[in-house]
Amino acid sequence: MRIRDICLAGALMFGLGMPTAFADALKIGFMNTFSGPGGALGGEQYDGFMLGIELAGSKLGGREVEVVKVDDQLKPDVARQLVDRLLKRDKVDIVVGITFSNILLTVAGPVTEAGKILVSTNAGPSPLAGAQCNPSLFVISYENGQAHSAVGEYLNRQGAKKVITLVPNYQAGKDALAGFKSTFKGEVVQELYSSLQQLDFTTELTAIRNAKPDAFWAFMPGGLGVALVKQVAEAKLQDVVPFYSSFTVDELSLPAVGDAALGALSPYPWSPELDNPANKKFVAAFKAKYGRTPSLGAMQGYDAAQLIESAVKATGGKIDRDVLIAGMREASFASPRGGFRFNNNHFPIQDWYMRVVEKGSDGGLRIVNKAKVFENLEDRFHQDCKMK
Amino acid sequence: MSATILLAQALNGLQLAMLLFLLAAGLTLVFGIMDLINLSHGTLYMMGGYFAATVFQVTGSFWLAMGTAVPLAFLLGVALELLLLRHTYRRSHLDQVMVTFGVMVFFEDLVKLLWGNASQRLATPTLLQGQVELMPGVVYPIYRLGVIALGIVVVVALYLFVQRTRLGMLIRAGASNRRMVSALGVNIDLLFTLVFGLGAALAGLAGAVVGPVSSVEPGMGNHALILSFVIIVVGGIGSIRGALVAALALGLIDTVGRALIAAALHEFLPPAMASGITPALASTLLYVMMAAVLVLRPSGLFPAPGR
Amino acid sequence: MSVTPVPGRLGSVRRLEITRLAGPAVLAAFAVLPVYAALSGDDYLLSVAARMLIWALAAVSLNLILGYGGMPSFGHAAFFGIGGYAVGVLSQHGIDNGFLQWGVAIAVSAVVALLIGALSLHSRGFYFIMITLAFAQLLYYLAQSAYGYGGDDGMTIARHSRLGGWIDLADRPQFYYLCLALLVAALVGTDRIVRSRFGRVLRGAASNDRRMQAIGFPTFRYRLTAFVISGTVAGLCGALLANDILFVSPSMMSWIRSGDLFAMVIIGGAGTLFGPLYGAVALLGLEELLMTWTEYWRLLFAPILIALVLGSPAGIDGLLGRRGGGPGRR
Repeated sequence: MRIRDICLAGALMFGLGMPTAFADALKIGFMNTFSGPGGALGGEQYDGFMLGIELAGSKLGGREVEVVKVDDQLKPDVARQLVDRLLKRDKVDIVVGITFSNILLTVAGPVTEAGKILVSTNAGPSPLAGAQCNPSLFVISYENGQAHSAVGEYLNRQGAKKVITLVPNYQAGKDALAGFKSTFKGEVVQELYSSLQQLDFTTELTAIRNAKPDAFWAFMPGGLGVALVKQVAEAKLQDVVPFYSSFTVDELSLPAVGDAALGALSPYPWSPELDNPANKKFVAAFKAKYGRTPSLGAMQGYDAAQLIESAVKATGGKIDRDVLIAGMREASFASPRGGFRFNNNHFPIQDWYMRVVEKGSDGGLRIVNKAKVFENLEDRFHQDCKMK
Repeated sequence: MSATILLAQALNGLQLAMLLFLLAAGLTLVFGIMDLINLSHGTLYMMGGYFAATVFQVTGSFWLAMGTAVPLAFLLGVALELLLLRHTYRRSHLDQVMVTFGVMVFFEDLVKLLWGNASQRLATPTLLQGQVELMPGVVYPIYRLGVIALGIVVVVALYLFVQRTRLGMLIRAGASNRRMVSALGVNIDLLFTLVFGLGAALAGLAGAVVGPVSSVEPGMGNHALILSFVIIVVGGIGSIRGALVAALALGLIDTVGRALIAAALHEFLPPAMASGITPALASTLLYVMMAAVLVLRPSGLFPAPGR
Repeated sequence: MSVTPVPGRLGSVRRLEITRLAGPAVLAAFAVLPVYAALSGDDYLLSVAARMLIWALAAVSLNLILGYGGMPSFGHAAFFGIGGYAVGVLSQHGIDNGFLQWGVAIAVSAVVALLIGALSLHSRGFYFIMITLAFAQLLYYLAQSAYGYGGDDGMTIARHSRLGGWIDLADRPQFYYLCLALLVAALVGTDRIVRSRFGRVLRGAASNDRRMQAIGFPTFRYRLTAFVISGTVAGLCGALLANDILFVSPSMMSWIRSGDLFAMVIIGGAGTLFGPLYGAVALLGLEELLMTWTEYWRLLFAPILIALVLGSPAGIDGLLGRRGGGPGRR
């Protein structure tokens, strides 16, 4: 028994110090939320990312790629530990991923301070777009408020004057509300907040029903959005108050929501129907590989892979942080969005559309483009960022 | 704070109380009769949800899902008892905590391996879909009313079972004095297995029932587990009546209490802050209640006689 | 082979020399580990080992009351939170002075331990578990509602605690050796306490409280003192954890963490000197090792845990040749 214990200790020491196989490959740590109510989003971004690598010949910029996939479980402390592991044990060169803003805010510091590049495929909290911008950080999706400013503008055009808002009580939720308010010209009569764990909106919906505003707008990501839309339909709230939402219903969650989603409007910087060669190629390849239409998250993951590929190619295969950063800033790749560039704060400048859930001619549900709301929209914070 | 919202929350509280009762009843029996601290009770709850979700996804029938989930949970409980837990009866409570903790941890990853990380889909049956207007302005989901009804049925059924059947009498006796029951020649091993199975079935039923209104996902049992323990401590170990009273108290505090706290905080705090603090503050109420009970009535509200 | 009365036992037990060396051997291995890590360039190993030391220290503190004192506290992780947030909150307000931060961590932990102990120590066994759990949950929810201090998301700490010119905690090897030194000090301290009169009263109260009271000892006072000492050391661990990853969040004080600590003490061997060290190394080491093999490492971890509990009532320390468990086991 004692010998066994000593051997166990020895094995531990050896096992922990073991070097990894691919010494020359480009190591990428893909961290995202793969579990819980937000779990589907992480999976979607991962699928898009891996497709991007595959279409580049399973290499990025001519280098072999090794992707280490980890689940942050929407817990900042878990994310913190995972990042530690990715940086020190797996010795990754680039960290990619992250759906939720609170996670990004926690890990951005450790990753960039360790001298590695972080590419966010979804989270885009406003502090990181402004004063806390960082040369090693790239956000390929959008600054949180951008999307919702499109909704505010759209509601102006619909003539809504009094609105009740509902967002989850975390950074992205607050960014969303701030973004919405930045363009919305009417009055927000009530600001409702829910928690990221909250799946029951009875109280909120009852309050809205009683208040009878011109419109009810909500930002509710992932599984939370699914729950909300279902409950709105169940309560037949749409008959009393028009319901607009951001990111509650997309290609991914539409099957789970079903008919309850009819009429739901959402802002997107892209849609699968956009008519440009890069998008056609992307959508076709995604459908072929995964058997479903890609959603926004998938496109963002795909663009992240393209971004890295373009930057590594520009360096001639060398993994040097500063050269990579320069390459990434160029962003010379064909995005399905139809043209892509970064602002000085490494957040995108892009168009915005309003999309709605309709019944197609075959009776099935589809999301279609309704209007282009903004062209080449910059986020509101880039002037606060000291980078050029 | 409008009356409609209060009423809606009171109903929510009642619904929550029924679910908590289903969980706590089994736990209190297991602890009371078998003197087993079972941290894997939350796992049985979770597995009930998974069994139901899987059957639902395969057959499309909610009722079939419910009908199979409960017996499956019962069998799982029996298997767990026979294969593992019966070896812990002679061990200290601390060792039981460790072993059942291990079971809990094992199943959490097992579920991720077999079903993946995402939530499982379990939809409300067409019969119970939609909302009903109980009073002008008070619209409440029918399904949740169904849960309340189910809870009442289970309470009555358990009462009749425990008070009017021979097996129930043995259970009551065992909760008071296990050794005497054994000395009287009852097959204690079989009794234990059945009791554990019953607890598992109730927990599994709770997990299945909660599926449509919540999410069936890994780790769904953790919070429920702690609440169950709080309930049996407050109610009194081994007492089903105590579990019911405590579950009602807890359910109402967690819903109505939460709404009242939210309203109060919103009066003088900015909305983001008020909403941020409310859940935590509401949860502390539960623990304050438990601590108070432990200080004033250390054996709980309705301790089984002989304890 | 020498036959020596084993301190901490009621009665004397034959000890084999190799088991007597196991504990110090493990400590020696920890002492030379940074050298190995520097040579092989394995930063990660150093990180993991530092965390093992901190958890071992916490387990040693829990062992005093759980293993020797018979007080199964299931809320010990709450003190992590107190210590961690003391560092975090002060840092957020610009106070980097380590002595001040850690002083506050220790002081607040002591006061809270005094309060919790005074209210809880009238309960025994399962009820003691539940009431300590309740208090820990209260603190957990308090941390979650800490608006402005991160709430549920936790908060990042900008800088390590500055300990004058003595030690630079930002330098990993220095931080590591500090943790090791504190652990050794705690082990020596535990040994001293256990062998002292105080310790004997404590252990006596754990096995038969009424008898000790009949003899004339105010056992409540002794148990409360031990509880406060234990909580204070755990609070210090919280400060160390905060410096380890420069991040604190409510999850560091969740009941699951308390459960982890509990497991380390029981698995290692409750009521033995080096038991908590074995437990911390075994559980954390096993976790790290299994994690490299599979994402679903708990499927392997749990059966091993269960087998250890069922197979060796005296924990790893028992496997190493000693017999019997500590007095506070039922």
